[in-house]
Amino acid sequence: MNQSSTEQLKKTPLNARHRAHGARMVPFGGWDMPVEYSGIVNEHLAVRTKAGLFDVSHMGQIEVAGKDALAAVQTISTNDAAKLSVGQAQLSGLTTPEGTLLDDLLVYRLAGDHYMLVVNAGNIEKDYKWIAAKTRDMGDVAVVNSSSRYALLAVQGPAALGIVQQLTSVELTAIPYYWFAHGEVGSVRSIISRTGYTGEDGVEIFIPPASAERLWNAILDAGAEAGIVPVGLGARDTLRLEAGMRLSGQDFDETTTMLEAGLGWVVGWNKGDFIGKAALDRQKIEGVTRKLVGFEMTAPGIARHGYKAYAGGGEGIVTSGTQTPFLKKAIGLAYLPIAATALGTEFEIDIRGRRTPARVVSSQFFKRPRS
Amino acid sequence: MYPADRRYTKDHEWISVSGTRGRIGITDYAQKQLGDVVFVESPDAGRQVTQGQSAGTIESVKAVSEIYSPATGTVVEANPVLTTKPETVNSDPHGSGWLFEIELSNPGEIDGLMTSDQYADLVK
Repeated sequence: MNQSSTEQLKKTPLNARHRAHGARMVPFGGWDMPVEYSGIVNEHLAVRTKAGLFDVSHMGQIEVAGKDALAAVQTISTNDAAKLSVGQAQLSGLTTPEGTLLDDLLVYRLAGDHYMLVVNAGNIEKDYKWIAAKTRDMGDVAVVNSSSRYALLAVQGPAALGIVQQLTSVELTAIPYYWFAHGEVGSVRSIISRTGYTGEDGVEIFIPPASAERLWNAILDAGAEAGIVPVGLGARDTLRLEAGMRLSGQDFDETTTMLEAGLGWVVGWNKGDFIGKAALDRQKIEGVTRKLVGFEMTAPGIARHGYKAYAGGGEGIVTSGTQTPFLKKAIGLAYLPIAATALGTEFEIDIRGRRTPARVVSSQFFKRPRS
Repeated sequence: MYPADRRYTKDHEWISVSGTRGRIGITDYAQKQLGDVVFVESPDAGRQVTQGQSAGTIESVKAVSEIYSPATGTVVEANPVLTTKPETVNSDPHGSGWLFEIELSNPGEIDGLMTSDQYADLVK
């Protein structure tokens, strides 16, 4: 957590709006961000039952363009970007030669030879420098940190599409999950992406920063009847954890590999070489010695980031943990010795000196009902 | 805002005394800072607690906070309501959201705590 004073923190174009809403602001990844407005539980439940509006303009955008853009993206990220059509996005990993994670990212194919990488706020500079350095000698490829050109709003929840549909002529239900479209939302030029970090249906909307406040207000107005509320980083964290989504820098980092983090499904194993491929291929054959799993507490207590776990005769560590407002259970993610990672395995977590029982469960704690 | 029938600590607990019995809770200011309370771990009956020392924990969705006992004594009862409805600490921190009661071993300690006016000054 960045402890510098608010003067040194970066601000999104909606900073004043958040303060006017009465949000509690905190430093996050070098940004001055709203952690809650009406309360984490209320905001969390609104997203699960109605809709929530998030300012995620702190996320970074790095664009890769040129005739050799695909080769560059394929080299620096793990997933197979050759499978992307124009208008499609995929989750991927930015890996070291050891197969460990600098960051996770979404890769958008904006045009034939133009990709946009969406990276985590605290990693923008690090990721940009890494990608620029690794692709410098790759031919016709330009790498640009275009983060300041975009504000990003997320509208998530069962009512989200209906609310945004009132503001656009783009048919939102025609955009498949993990695809995007260009169009106007509330008369603002947008990239409308059917993605999110909550486990709910919804969209993320990339817009020019100067239009952020106008669209923010328009979405709140359009969604007032449906019960939309602004949602801060607190509920964003409980929502993503409930949906089993990993958080960069917390659930994985440069000390954990894609396979250990349970992200083998976003590795393009057959796509050819990429940074970290040899290490990951080797680990895939030899097997991992620890793995990130979901757990729930089976006795009262809430496990938190950094708590020790005792499992299968070895030790593990909790990376995320909370009491989830919707499921009303204490859940979390932890690295455990591989022998203890089977579903249903009982183990213990040291909660401030007390060994408390927990059980390995699927990390997709919440799965939204699909009609 | 802060009832005058009790005393307050700089750690944002209150204690109301009746005879040699003290009832302890956290202040409205504290519950607002914590956010949504989801778990309260109060000390068990019979446990000795010491003024200024940790006697338990309160967990909100986002963090864990210590409960510091405003006075020394023996725990008589933890608030049973909080086992199933920890959010009562948010909705009624000065009333039904109390945390635990103790039998005071040194009632004189209470005089050293803040009055409601002093506490209101501290958090204003």
